[in-house]
Parts: sequence; C-alpha cells; structure tokens
Amino acid sequence: MHIAIIGNGISGVTAARFIRKLSDHRITIISTETDHFFSRTALMYIYMGHMRYQDTKPYEDWFWEKNRIDLKRGYVEQVDTAGKKLIFKEGDSLSYDKLILATGSTPNKFGWPGQDLKRVNGLYSYQDLEAMEQYSEGLKKAVIVGGGLIGLEMAEMFHSRHIPVTILVRENSYWNGVMPPEESAMINREIIRNHIDLQLGEELSEIVDNGKGEACAVITKSGQRIECGYVGLTAGVHPNIKFLENSDIETKRGILVDAHLQTNISDIYAIGDCCEQRQPKPGRRGIEAIWYTGRMMGETVAYNICGKPVAYNPGIWFNSAKFLDIEYQVYGNVQARQPEEHQSIYWEHPEGNKSIRINYDKKQNQVVGFNLMGVRFRHEVCEKWIKEKTHIETVLKDLGLANFDPEFYAKHEQEVLNIYNKQQGKNLAVKEERSWNKVFAFLKS
Amino acid sequence: MSQVQKSMSLANPAPPFTDLIQKIASAVGGVGLLFMVIALSGAGAIQNSVWLYSALGLIMVGTVVYSWRAYMTKPEGIKNNGVWFASLSSKGLWGWVLGIVLTGFYVVLYWFPQYLGLGGEDAANTGLVAFFDPLSRVLSGNPASQWFVYGTLYTVAILSFGIKFILKYRHNKYQVIRTISVMFFQLGFAFLIPEIMQKLQYPYYSFTNMWPLNYYFFYDWNLTTLLGAGNVGLFMLLFGLAMIFIISPTLTYFYGKRWYCSWVCGCGGLAETAGDPFRHLSDKSLKAWKIERWMIHGVLVFVTLMTVAVIYSYYTGDRNVLITKPIAIGLIVLLGAFVIAIVQANKKEINLSKDKLSMLISGIVGVIILLAIIAYFTGNFVIDGGLLRSWYGFAIGSAFSGVVGVGFYPLMGSRVWCRFGCPMAALLGLQQKFFSRFRITTNGGQCISCGNCSTYCEMGIDVRAYAQKGQNIVRASCVGCGICAAVCPRGVLKLENGSVDLHNKTTELKAIHIAEGDIRIL
Ligand SMILES: Cc1cc2nc3c(=O)[nH]c(=O)nc-3n(C[C@H](O)[C@H](O)[C@H](O)COP(=O)(O)OP(=O)(O)OC[C@H]3O[C@@H](n4cnc5c(N)ncnc54)[C@H](O)[C@@H]3O)c2cc1C
Ligand code: SF4
Ligand code: SF4
Repeated sequence: MHIAIIGNGISGVTAARFIRKLSDHRITIISTETDHFFSRTALMYIYMGHMRYQDTKPYEDWFWEKNRIDLKRGYVEQVDTAGKKLIFKEGDSLSYDKLILATGSTPNKFGWPGQDLKRVNGLYSYQDLEAMEQYSEGLKKAVIVGGGLIGLEMAEMFHSRHIPVTILVRENSYWNGVMPPEESAMINREIIRNHIDLQLGEELSEIVDNGKGEACAVITKSGQRIECGYVGLTAGVHPNIKFLENSDIETKRGILVDAHLQTNISDIYAIGDCCEQRQPKPGRRGIEAIWYTGRMMGETVAYNICGKPVAYNPGIWFNSAKFLDIEYQVYGNVQARQPEEHQSIYWEHPEGNKSIRINYDKKQNQVVGFNLMGVRFRHEVCEKWIKEKTHIETVLKDLGLANFDPEFYAKHEQEVLNIYNKQQGKNLAVKEERSWNKVFAFLKS
Repeated sequence: MSQVQKSMSLANPAPPFTDLIQKIASAVGGVGLLFMVIALSGAGAIQNSVWLYSALGLIMVGTVVYSWRAYMTKPEGIKNNGVWFASLSSKGLWGWVLGIVLTGFYVVLYWFPQYLGLGGEDAANTGLVAFFDPLSRVLSGNPASQWFVYGTLYTVAILSFGIKFILKYRHNKYQVIRTISVMFFQLGFAFLIPEIMQKLQYPYYSFTNMWPLNYYFFYDWNLTTLLGAGNVGLFMLLFGLAMIFIISPTLTYFYGKRWYCSWVCGCGGLAETAGDPFRHLSDKSLKAWKIERWMIHGVLVFVTLMTVAVIYSYYTGDRNVLITKPIAIGLIVLLGAFVIAIVQANKKEINLSKDKLSMLISGIVGVIILLAIIAYFTGNFVIDGGLLRSWYGFAIGSAFSGVVGVGFYPLMGSRVWCRFGCPMAALLGLQQKFFSRFRITTNGGQCISCGNCSTYCEMGIDVRAYAQKGQNIVRASCVGCGICAAVCPRGVLKLENGSVDLHNKTTELKAIHIAEGDIRIL
C-alpha cells in the first residue's frame, strides 16, 4: 500500500514516523517548501542568529532513507480523488492508496490596500523568512500588524538586529482575547521594557506604495502615518486549502474531518493546522493550529491508517510560548474572561515578570487550570490534577510537585497558598517539597 | 541565508554596534595583553611586578567592563543573538585565527618553553616566564615556570570570563552558583593552594585533580614525593585515594558527574567560562557520538593499563609488566564470573535496560576475547610500562588535553577534550549512566523541536531527540551544565536527582501525548 502525505511539517512527519513503526507500507512525503522537515517554531531563531537552518531540522538527513520514507519536493495542484492521483504543478503525478493532507496554514490578509506589495509579508514559511532576511539589509523601521504570538516573535526578531519596530494591536491590551488581564498587562510591560513601540487600540488601514511596488509606510485607522521599510502581517492564520477548491473534498474553514480524522472521502485523511473537526470535543475549537495538536493528530492518523481505529483525543489543553524573555505555559481551562463558576488564585512576583494563576471551580472546589508566566510547571502533574478533579487545597499544599524550575530557583508555593488562605480565611501550609522521588510516586499513584 | 558580520567580540558576538565604553574596555584589555607580548619579546624595562599586576588587572577589568556593557544594559534572559553571525563564534576568519593562535601557544608551552623564556638549570628566566617571576615568588617562593605562567593565565581567564558568564546568566541561579563554584575551585584549589603548599615546603598537590585526569598520581616520582613528605604527604596520598574510591563515586551517585565536570574541574571550568562563546560548535551528529564513545573509552582503557603497569613497576622495580599464561587465564575466569554475576543481579535487582546490559557485557566480553587471544598465541605478553607512560603523557596528557582541548575551542566547541579524550569524564560517565540518581527530565508534551537545546549542548548531545519524544536524557557524557534547560524556550528540561527509578531512568520510549490507554507505547 502506498501512503502519500502532503506536507512535511510536524503533522505529516509524525504520521509518517508512526506509520513506519506500525507497518511496512510505502510512504511518500510531499512538500513544496523545503527538502527536509524543519521546525517552523524555530524560524525566529535562525533570523536572530541563535541557530542555523540545519540546526532546526529535528532529524538528520540520513533518517528518511534509513526509515524508507520517500521525500518529494513539489506543489500539489490538484487531488484526483476518483483516480486516487495527485497532480503536480511541475506537471507530473503520483498515485496513492491512502492520502493524508497535512498542508498547514497560511497567514491571514484582510483585504488591506497594499497587502500584496513587496516588503509586505507574513511569517509562516521558510520563504517568508528569506523575504524578511532579504529586506532587512539596511532596514530602518518595521511595522507589525496583529497582536498574536507570531507578531511578537517577529518584533523580537527585528529587535535583535536593532531595527526599530512598531506593533499595531487592535485590542487595548496584548493578546487579551486569550490571556486574563493581569498576564496580558505583563506582556505589555515586557514589550515596552524592550523598547518596542507597542500601539494598542490601533489598526492598519492601508499600506502605502512607494511607486515601485514596495511598501514605504502604513496608515492606521486613527490616521497616523508610519514610515517603514517592512510590514509584517501577523493577524492570525487560516488553513492552507486553496488548492482543494475544485476537488470534492468537503471543507469549511478547514478540511472537515470526523473523529478518526477522515475526510468525507474514504482513504483521505487530514491532520494538523489544515483540518477542522466536525465535532470538536467540549471546550475545544474545531481548528487548533498549534504544534502539539498537529503531533497528536499525526500519531492518531497513523493508527487509523494501520488498521487500529482510534478516535482523536487531544486530552487536556496545554500550550506554551515565550514573550521576549518571559516564558509562558498553560494547562487546562484558563480563559481571558473568567466564567462565573470559576475562581482564580493569582500570584504575581513583586517585580512583575512572574506569575502563577490557578483556576478552580468555586462550587466543587476542583482545580481546572494553570497559567504560568516566568515559572515552569510540570505537565504530567498538572494534567493529572485536572483530570482527577483534584481538590484545590490538595493542589495548593502539594504545589511543589508541579514546579519544574531549575534547581536553586526561588520557591513561591507558600506565597501562592497564602493568597488562597487570605481569600478563604484559612491557614494552610505547603506540604510537598520539590523532589523527583515524590513526583514519581505521585504520578504512579 | 547566513549573513556574516565581522566582529571580534568574545563577550557578545555580533552586536550591530559596540558602544564607546566597550571599545575602551577592549582597548584596556588589549593593553594588558600587549604588556605580555612586550615582555615576551624580551624588553627588560617592563620586567617588574608593577607591570605584571597591571597587565593581569587590565585584562580582567577590560573583560568585565566589556561584558557589563554587553549584558547589564539589556533585560535579563537568554542572549544568543547573532552567535552564528559573528565570525569568531561561527568558525569564520576570526575563529580560525584564534584557533591557530591558541594551538600555537600550546605547542610552544608543551614542547618549546624556552621560547617563552624558561631558564635552564642555572640560567634565570627571561621573557614572558620572567615576567611572572614576581607573582610566583610571592606564592611559592620559587621563580616562575612555563606552567606557572599558564596556570596564572588560565585562572585569570576563568575568573574574568566567569564574571562575564554570571552577568550573561544572571537570571538563572543554577548557572550563577555553579560558576561561582568553578571560579572558587580554580582560584583556590587548582591555583593558590598548590603554590602556597610549595612555599610551606610541602609537595605540589591539587586536591581537586584526581586520577585518572591526574594521570601521574601513581607515577613513582609522585608516590615517592608524597611518601617522603611526612604526615602531610601521607594525607595527600590518602585523600587522593579517597577521592577516587569514596568521595567521587558518592557524589556522582547523588548528583551525577556534574558535581565534578561543571562545578569543580579546571578543564570544565575553562570550557564553561572562556569556552562559552563556542559551545554551540560541538558536532551533534550520530556519527560524532559513535566516534566519541570509541575514543573516550579507549583513553580510559589506555590510562588504566598504563597505571596498572606503572604501579606494577613501582613495586617490582621492573618497567616491563609480564602477563603470563596463568595470569591471563586467571583474569579471564574472573571477568567471566563478573559477567555471570551481572546477569544474575540484573534479573533480580538492578534491572538494566537491554541496551545498557548488552553494552556492558559486550565490553567485558571484548576484553576476555582479547586476553584469550593473547594467552593462546603469545604465551607470555609483555607490557612496557615506561613506553606506555611516555606515550600517554605525550598523546593524551599534552597533545589532546591541551593543544586540541583548548586550541580547538573555536572550531569544535568548548568541550572537545571533555567529550572525546578525558578518562575522568569516561569513568564518571559510566557511573552516571549505570549508577547515579541524575538525569534530565522532560516536561510532558511541551517540546516544539526547535533545537536550541541540542545546539547549545557543548557535549554535542542531541537533547532534542529525547525531548521531542518525552524521553528523559540519561547520557554518560552529560556534564550537567544546565544550559540546555536554560535556553529551552518552552521550559521542557530539568536537571533532576532521584533514587526511585535508579535503574530505569529512561523508559524505552514514551508516547508524546495521546490519551487512548491502549496506545500509550510509541
Ligand atoms: C513563526 C511560528 C511560530 C510558531 N510557534 C509555535 C509555538 O511556539 N507553539 C505551537 O504550538 N505552535 C507554534 N506555531 C504553529 C505551528 O508551527 C503549526 O501549528 C505547525 O507547524 C503546523 O504543522 P503542520 O504539519 O500542520 O503544517 P505545516 O508545518 O504548515 O506544514 C505544511 C507543509 O505542507 C506544504 N504544503 C502545503 N500545501 C501544499 C501543496 N499543495 N503541495 C505541496 N506541499 C504543500 C507546506 O509548504 C508546508 O511545508 C508557530 C508557527 C509559526 C509560523
Ligand atoms: S545535555 Fe544539557 S546539561 Fe547535559 S551537557 Fe548537554 S547542555 Fe549540559
Ligand atoms: S527541549 Fe526545548 S529547546 Fe529542546 S527542542 Fe524542545 S522546545 Fe526546543
């Protein structure tokens, strides 16, 4: 059996790896972007000089041949579902028995005048990075449109080369659609501390052409004109499925898939950023364009293709990011606008660059989520607490089990507990200290 | 897409610009170096203590001020901007220049010290060595030797770049404490104490330098010196033995080899401080790992053989070690019994993973086969202890640890010696892998495979290969520097000690994250 995978990102590659573990099927991974899989999340580090492109490749180049995974560079223009054939822009074609679509995302553009000029680009692909590199030479000023994670990464990239940056954010606080107000305010402070010009409540109205088809300034909704040599469009992404427009594969915003990640056509599956769950799990979105879900879907689809049907179950939500120098981790249910039935315990370091938020259900006293800034927590421990609906007081007393900071880092467990004590008029004390032996015992219990 | 910017800066590679204070600081440090070059050229005018102390002071002040400007003017955090663009830290022109200069310095130091101005039996020092006489007289009462010059510069490097490292990682308490520790042990135990001991008429002895790194510990001259130095000498001898057989195994059991390699050891100390700008140059490929294992364990076997031969000849007075047929057969039987014992013990208690067990056994079986061949074909086998010793001293003691070990920093990363050549690292590494509470744990499914950890691992460990599978890192070579954990942008790695899972620190393979119970295995 020949399994073709379109997309050599984390989703497609994980699928291929697991199919190889489970079977002897012939596997071909197709991509138009690069010859080998690289970590998209590390694009910024290439630009900043922390790593070279080859350092971002998770597997050495011999890996593919050794595991009998064929790689093909090319752009699939059309999927012939009846003939089970892929037609390439380059003119050739490839037949398959089963097909996995793992084509990722593409940056949003909202019809701004000038959005297709030169010196205007999103940041998603390796080619986007090359464009950024090309126009950075002698660049005096960059403007970034959109207040998400990638926007800030882009700002950090320019900042690392001492290129002044302005970020236009529609909301009145950074990423406050996702982050609770305190954490969002912390990000604002971090951006400003790094001398990046953060303009909140400001939107792009148009990009100005310098007469040579290149951007030379932006004009904002408030009428401000900002001269710049580069405009970064980072107002989110959407599934990269344009090439499927004329096929009979059913799509909405993404490629629609069932619980087994199969599309409306049997033998065709879709995973990662490009797919949309017909019936998302409660509390989850239909499209979750992140690294981790892509990886889980890759694993799941491999089982389904290799005759071990299993439904996609991403488990308890988790994610992480880094805002300049502040690391961020989240486990479980933490929302920008707290639902009525939830209560937060929020601790913030006096210096304002670290915080721990623990959310619990007021009535049941059960922990529901953790939001960490500048502090590392242990994934498995948090997950187990949430899954087992652990009592908030148990969590607080054992908080040391969750801490994942390096040795000798200051302990804040009692300070967090004191906030709860104050809220509840109690006098609880921290019980479990940080120790691998105790963590191990807890996880095995 | 690589953009090469020319920069000579060691402290902060490729800043788009250095400020005025940094330029002045570089000049100040440069003047200090210049004094030494002038002294080397034989100019008598600057041969006195004022010039020496000014030179050392200027170098330190220059480095510290430069790094202060580089790091303290920016918010704390990981500062690796431009590392791969700067010529010095990316094997560019300046990297090669520095590599060649350092290598040349070591060649002169080891084999042509007369060019540094080392005096003979009754000739006084001249040049650079004479320049250091005043300090040497203060500390040990003797004129300087080329080793004293080297030791002083080495210590100055660890101290200045140690401060730089602390400024760079000031947000990370593990890094700060660890660096203070290497600075302390270098200055006190490796540099000052041995010198002062000499002044007090005791043998030269560094408490932190143990066999097999200190390969001459069991040499006849060393044993004779120690045994001839009364109670203090005896204490040194016993302490040295306790280090090898009690202190080191105990500490390694509790904390892994890091207690030595990145907290105490001078070679490690230089690599962590002065070598920090080059740590990412280590080769991460699987091939490099294979070469590494052969080389480092080869050196360990070499040093062990040599030491046995040396001790043997110390007792017999004969430099040739004779392995007769009965001895060879006796050894084979002994080793065979050992293999059986391990296999038995493994069934009941220690539970080694399959690959660990096979690695261990194949090693021992290899030695058995070797012995058998020798016993069968040659009857008696003669090991020339003296020859082994001189070859070890030349090839490993000097050429590898010095010339290649430090000279190749800008080309192969800061831990070339520690990774490929150090027998101490090999020994501690075996213990770390098989019998230590230390490992690096990974944080569930949080890894984004970005590669920062692997890139900045000076030991060339492909940390990401484990992290992205959610697997703990249990590698013999890991020196526990903690930099992988520091640079990880997603908080995935943590250096940890624990005894509960001593012989199963890494599960064979772990699912990344998928909830269905029946497919948890990857
Ligand atoms: C700068 C940046 C930082 C990020 N950081 C994080 C982070 O910290 N954490 C996180 O969870 N997520 C992060 N993400 C999101 C994450 O990278 C994506 O969710 C993930 O890479 C999606 O993987 P995928 O395999 O689904 O698709 P992709 O990685 O996008 O791979 C799809 C591949 O398919 C190819 N392709 C598409 N169509 C065709 C066609 N018709 N023919 C041939 N080839 C085709 C594309 O060229 C591409 O190479 C980041 C994204 C970016 C851009
Ligand atoms: S694995 Fe991490 S702690 Fe170990 S040597 Fe490499 S960087 Fe240092
Ligand atoms: S462990 Fe951290 S640094 Fe290493 S690849 Fe994963 S996310 Fe990157």
